[in-house]
Amino acid sequence: MKITVRYFAQVRELLGPGEDLHWPADAADVPATVGELRQWLIGRSPAHAQALDATLPLRAACNQLMCSAQEPLPEGAEIAFFPPVTGG
Amino acid sequence: MSMAAARVSVQTDDFDLSGEVARLRAQDGQIGAVVSFVGTVREWLPADGAARSPDTCLELEHYPGMTESAIEAMIDEAQRRFDLRGVRVIHRVGRLAVGEQIVLVVTASSHRGQAFDACEFLMDWLKTQAPFWKKEISATGSRWVEAKVSDDEALARWGTLP
Repeated sequence: MKITVRYFAQVRELLGPGEDLHWPADAADVPATVGELRQWLIGRSPAHAQALDATLPLRAACNQLMCSAQEPLPEGAEIAFFPPVTGG
Repeated sequence: MSMAAARVSVQTDDFDLSGEVARLRAQDGQIGAVVSFVGTVREWLPADGAARSPDTCLELEHYPGMTESAIEAMIDEAQRRFDLRGVRVIHRVGRLAVGEQIVLVVTASSHRGQAFDACEFLMDWLKTQAPFWKKEISATGSRWVEAKVSDDEALARWGTLP
């Protein structure tokens, strides 16, 4: 499965603009939801663990639509993690 | 008929309120009420207690693509809820100095009530749902602006949203 991850604001400052992820077809640890993807990313590095810590009130988007942690991960999706928005 | 003018712009350039209002009004003779909201960069005291300096500014980051589609969806919802004849939303990004304009929402209707309500609805949505992030930058450092609970409460009064 392929997923493109994008980060914004504080998360981007710690992790960069994003990363392309690829799991082989027979991989055992493929996340099934946006929340599981966040957990999986937290395990990647200390910087990921800091930027995506479960206590942070981060928001997520799937294919550029706001979504919940329960959102299933579609093949090839663009998933974004970011803090609550502060525009206007 | 000419192509409809853009409803949404995300841009670094400044905008001209009266020009935008004139363009909306020129499209439709049934418009009898125009309400506009302009958000501007106000002065703030640096969090570290340092004195204000003239070079303090805001930096606005956004999610290109999602920003535009989220605002388009919000305008579609406003048009379902209110009797609108025209809408224009402009949001600036990049570095903005104190006193500069950040955001413009213009709503046009036959009568004022719908235009007032729609303008407030659009701003409440934009503050909490459009992917923009503000960072305050001063001579001594910078910090990300935190989201306000009061903004979520302002949106909640509009009921269930798609």
